[in-house]
Amino acid sequence: MNSVILKAGTKYLVGLLLLVSVFMLLRGHNAPGGGFIGGLLGATGFVLYAIACGTAQARAALRLAPRTIAAAGLGVALASGAIAALAGEAFFTGQWLFLGAGETGKGLPISSVLLFDIGVYLVVFGAILTLVFALEEET
Amino acid sequence: MSWILSLPLIIPFATAIAAFALRDRAAGRWISVAGSAMLLGTAALLMARAMRHGVIAAQMGGWPAPFGITLVADLLSAAMVGITAIIALAVSIYALADIGGRLERLGYHALFNLLIGGVNGAFLTGDLFNLYVWFEVMLIASFGLLILGGRKEQIDGGVKYVTLNLISTVLFLSGIGLLYGMTGTLNMADLSRAVETVENHGLLSVVAMMFMVAFGVKAALFPLFFWLPAAYHTPAFSVSAVFAGLLTKVGVYALIRMFTLVFDHDTGLTHTILLWVAGLTMITGVLGAAAQSDIRKILSFHIVSQIGYMVLGLALLSPLALAGAVFYLIHHIAVKANLFLIAGVAQRLTGHTELARIGGLYKSAPLLAVLFLIPAFSLAGFPPLSGFWAKYILVKAALDIEGWLIAGLALLVGLLTIYSMTKIWAQAFWAPHPEGIAPALSRIAPGARAALLLPVAGLAGLTVLIGLMPQPLLALAEAAAAQLLDPTPYVAAVLGGAP
Repeated sequence: MNSVILKAGTKYLVGLLLLVSVFMLLRGHNAPGGGFIGGLLGATGFVLYAIACGTAQARAALRLAPRTIAAAGLGVALASGAIAALAGEAFFTGQWLFLGAGETGKGLPISSVLLFDIGVYLVVFGAILTLVFALEEET
Repeated sequence: MSWILSLPLIIPFATAIAAFALRDRAAGRWISVAGSAMLLGTAALLMARAMRHGVIAAQMGGWPAPFGITLVADLLSAAMVGITAIIALAVSIYALADIGGRLERLGYHALFNLLIGGVNGAFLTGDLFNLYVWFEVMLIASFGLLILGGRKEQIDGGVKYVTLNLISTVLFLSGIGLLYGMTGTLNMADLSRAVETVENHGLLSVVAMMFMVAFGVKAALFPLFFWLPAAYHTPAFSVSAVFAGLLTKVGVYALIRMFTLVFDHDTGLTHTILLWVAGLTMITGVLGAAAQSDIRKILSFHIVSQIGYMVLGLALLSPLALAGAVFYLIHHIAVKANLFLIAGVAQRLTGHTELARIGGLYKSAPLLAVLFLIPAFSLAGFPPLSGFWAKYILVKAALDIEGWLIAGLALLVGLLTIYSMTKIWAQAFWAPHPEGIAPALSRIAPGARAALLLPVAGLAGLTVLIGLMPQPLLALAEAAAAQLLDPTPYVAAVLGGAP
């Protein structure tokens, strides 16, 4: 599609969508959101870019093949489950690290649960883009 | 204890990721073989544990049942994971020679291992919604495998396959929703207790029927089997072998699990329907096969027919009949996958799978002829092969409760199976090749020949072994049936409490 308005709008919207997708991913830990919805939003950004400027440009901007991103996401998710082995607990048991925890506060919580969500984000992001790029290029 | 239950899921998924990363190199296919071998080792360990401790359960993520997802292995689950690992190893060795570089670059090995992971997940999960997720994983992976390569008839078969399976999935999901509404739980062990308190038996029966139809599509029961013969003859032989061996059996497993553990409130209704369906499945499958002339189509219809026997075991619901169903499942997976692998070798040698266009295998490749005879006769139920015992147990179970008609039907279908096998034998093996080709095994390069024949010979050996020494497997099947009929240890293992 060749539209100046769409191209100009896309320039701002793509960045915004990617930012919101990361916000959604991080927010999802204790509130509505999470890896799945974040991945969908992130993919929407690149889909919009592909519609406005063509899939070739979108692929170039993505740098990695979407299928590779999805496979990497699966790896991250699997690894996040396997971390529990180090603590001798059941597969997928959440492991927590509190950065800078002191007497005043519990610090910044980093968990294997977040890592799992990042994995889901990447799987959804990669899978959706694989499909959409393939469909866009077919026509 | 918990990791031995998670490993059959972790190994295939890790293998899939590694195989995907290395899909452009020859190492990718060896990773598949190594992963399957590791899976077999784990499955053996799981089997040993299940035999020693009875039902074993683990709570994923440390969330206690019925709130978290539970993985459970009783003897049936452990045995199914074991035979899955055997088939995975056999097919991944076969694929070394069968799957070309193009399909490998498209990600064959990654999809194959995802499928194995999905199958194992379905066998091990103790949570109904989780079972749905594993069905989806299997559906996605199998659809990918089915259309890999993108030939026209593959897409045609693939679309039918996915459409019917999606309908089944929707029914399954609706059933899950209704069941959750009635009982407030989806943990299978918890459900087994919770359905007893449901007062509305009519609604419960409706939900049971929804599950029966949903799993019936997956298992290719009459009259829902049409997708199977439409799809299974199109993909690569490795793919159709693993489909033929495992996919429909997951449906049968789900039927056995749900209709012994949860839906046993009105066996007069549900299991009578299952009995009729089993009989009709057996007879339509075998008659459908008689009308076909392509090896893979004949074998596909025979899958349908054989599924009927397994469901017959579930429908009769006596200890012996259930043991027969379990025995049949395991025997059939090995035999059926093997027949498809042999069809692949035959196609390589003679150039086709259409019976009219091939021949001469007996004279030029006697080894392949012997290897075909073993699973083919086993499928038809010749003593002393594994299929004889499987049929014998089921027919005896039917006679024990004076089901003369169904016992006679089972025997008749066995007879008709011989007809189809004889047709393949006469056309592909005895008749000379129409184009005068001598399809000797030496037409295949030695390395590829070993990769193709090793798994075939291994599975044939397993068939003979079960046939000559049925006692260990029968004992296992009887113990598994006893566990199915008395869910108390299963429930206790999952939910804790006094065993």
